[in-house]
Amino acid sequence: MNKLQNLYEALANVEGYIYPNEIALNWDLLIVMYPYITGLVAGAFILASLNRVFDIKALRPTYEISLLTALSFMLVATMPLISHLGQPFRFYEMLITPHLTSAMAIFGFVYIWYLMVVLLLEIWFDYRYDMVIWSEQKKGFMKFFYKALTLWVSDKSPESRKTDDKIGYFITVIGIPSAFLLHGYVGFIFGSLKANPWWSSVMMPVIFLFSAMVSGIALVMFIYMVINFIRRKKNDILCLDTIAKYLFYILILDFTLESLDQIHRIYEADESFDILKLLVHGKLFFTFFIMQIGVGTIFPLAVLGFFQFKQPSEKIRKILYLIVSSAVLIGIFFMRWNVVIGGQLFSKSFYGFTSYKVDLIGGKDVWLSLLWFIIPFFILAFLLWLLPPWKKAKHVEG
Amino acid sequence: MAIKKENVSRRDFLKKSSMFAGGVVFVSLLNPFKVVYATKKPKGKGKWYGIAIDIEKCIGCGSCARACKTENNVPNEPFFFRNWVEQYTITNDEQVMVSSPNGGIDGFKQAVPDEDIYKTFFVPKMCNHCAKSPCTQVCPVGASFESPEGLALVDQNYCIGCGYCVQACPYGCRYIDPAKGVVDKCTLCYHRLQKDLDPACMMACPTGARIYGDLNDRDSAVSLFIKEYNCAVLKPQLNTDSKLYYYALSQEVH
Ligand code: SF4
Ligand code: SF4
Repeated sequence: MNKLQNLYEALANVEGYIYPNEIALNWDLLIVMYPYITGLVAGAFILASLNRVFDIKALRPTYEISLLTALSFMLVATMPLISHLGQPFRFYEMLITPHLTSAMAIFGFVYIWYLMVVLLLEIWFDYRYDMVIWSEQKKGFMKFFYKALTLWVSDKSPESRKTDDKIGYFITVIGIPSAFLLHGYVGFIFGSLKANPWWSSVMMPVIFLFSAMVSGIALVMFIYMVINFIRRKKNDILCLDTIAKYLFYILILDFTLESLDQIHRIYEADESFDILKLLVHGKLFFTFFIMQIGVGTIFPLAVLGFFQFKQPSEKIRKILYLIVSSAVLIGIFFMRWNVVIGGQLFSKSFYGFTSYKVDLIGGKDVWLSLLWFIIPFFILAFLLWLLPPWKKAKHVEG
Repeated sequence: MAIKKENVSRRDFLKKSSMFAGGVVFVSLLNPFKVVYATKKPKGKGKWYGIAIDIEKCIGCGSCARACKTENNVPNEPFFFRNWVEQYTITNDEQVMVSSPNGGIDGFKQAVPDEDIYKTFFVPKMCNHCAKSPCTQVCPVGASFESPEGLALVDQNYCIGCGYCVQACPYGCRYIDPAKGVVDKCTLCYHRLQKDLDPACMMACPTGARIYGDLNDRDSAVSLFIKEYNCAVLKPQLNTDSKLYYYALSQEVH
């Protein structure tokens, strides 16, 4: 058995002392993907909301893309969690007999609320009029399909469009706290475990939230550029600059909050401090200092910060935006990694460490994680084909 | 014998799903300060189990850990334990060394030369059957629960194997059974208790270092022991209300 072999290897690599049951690291790469993917959803949605609620017109070209991206990732958001279970086919128990004192039990409900009430409804109202038009233009199955998507509502009157816009606006307003709830809540799953000093922090939900925004915004920025590249269209540079500006501000906030959490830990230096210090300087050195802070935070901050004062040519900016958004996405992935894996590398006895090696070839977790990360892009491609934002009628204000 | 949680019935499905539809978040918002622990100490006559371990008596023979593995079909590999023994060695230059090779089942070797040792002792570990157990608090389906006797148990036919409880236990007392995909832990040999038999570890201990019994009964062996000796629990700062009392516990032990 491969898994047991890995455990023996981990056992051979134990440093210091670790409770015997802790050698097996129970939350693997899939649980890293879980907050990562939900974060992308929340972040992408919040970018869409910035456009809608705060009426930031420059962001308009990414509005539908953000929503569809959020939906694509939302559709698989539970999969890493479910496929990680020891008994995946019992996952529905969480929905039908939730145990209310458990943070995890509520996830299903938060998820359903967000998917059904916020995302699907907002997209539906945004596209309703266009779907009616498309259903009239198409023939055969597609005609039927669009009709079905409109739920056989075929009102095209200007009043109906105004109503759509009003309701859409209202949903966005509800959506923002919902997105906050969704991801803040994921942070709470970790932050509320007093057994684990690396996780247990009131800051956790807030940090998760801001890092989610950062990653979602970076993702939309990246996808927007890729879509334009594929469609051979010019990027709207004003839009990119505006996204970059928001990315910059939120990244500063995120970095400040995370630093605050670390400074607090360092200054307070409670009983867990020594082991956590060893952890961060040892096992997490690469993923924490190099990837999360260096690649994912300092580098993007430096580039974006520089752009706020001095703007190089459009071409250079575009290339750097592509690089920066990827760097942020990588950085946030490692932030999740440092939380989830890092929290299990040290012993709760505070006397030692275990190790975790990603088994690139035989690891089920690696393949599944990749799968759950790639599928959303296919879903997005399908959604963009079905509901192309560039073929939409002009927006009507409610 | 499989452990079955009594108070969750799937027949509740319809009732619950209609009740929860759209309402759970709302309800939990209305009720955020509801005390979240699973069980209260029963008033009246019910049993309320506690355990005491006399560290001075433990000779590190590992019989308890061995007996537990056999009695409870715990997987043989050295990563799965309901019960294990740790050896602490504190050197003259104040280094603390801890080890538990194969949970102490095969006995211990002392790697530090005698003249460098300040003190050394053994600490048997097992589930503390916390009265405010963080593990049962976090279980998303309620498969981990506290029995009315104050034992933290798992209904393995119900557990979804999410591992949340494993993360929530501050003492490392839970593991995921690799063959079953569900969590497993010490039950204080619940199946034996129900037949008025002693837990396997208690029977196996040759020195009588392990005591268990009803904390509600002031004359039980465990109550008398705690009264006589000044005991401490592990990680009291976490407020788990552990019911595993150690006598002669050094502060180096976490
Ligand atoms: S020791 Fe761990 S497994 Fe046992 S009741 Fe306490 S928290 Fe739960
Ligand atoms: S592993 Fe099983 S017992 Fe533990 S929290 Fe998950 S469902 Fe509950």
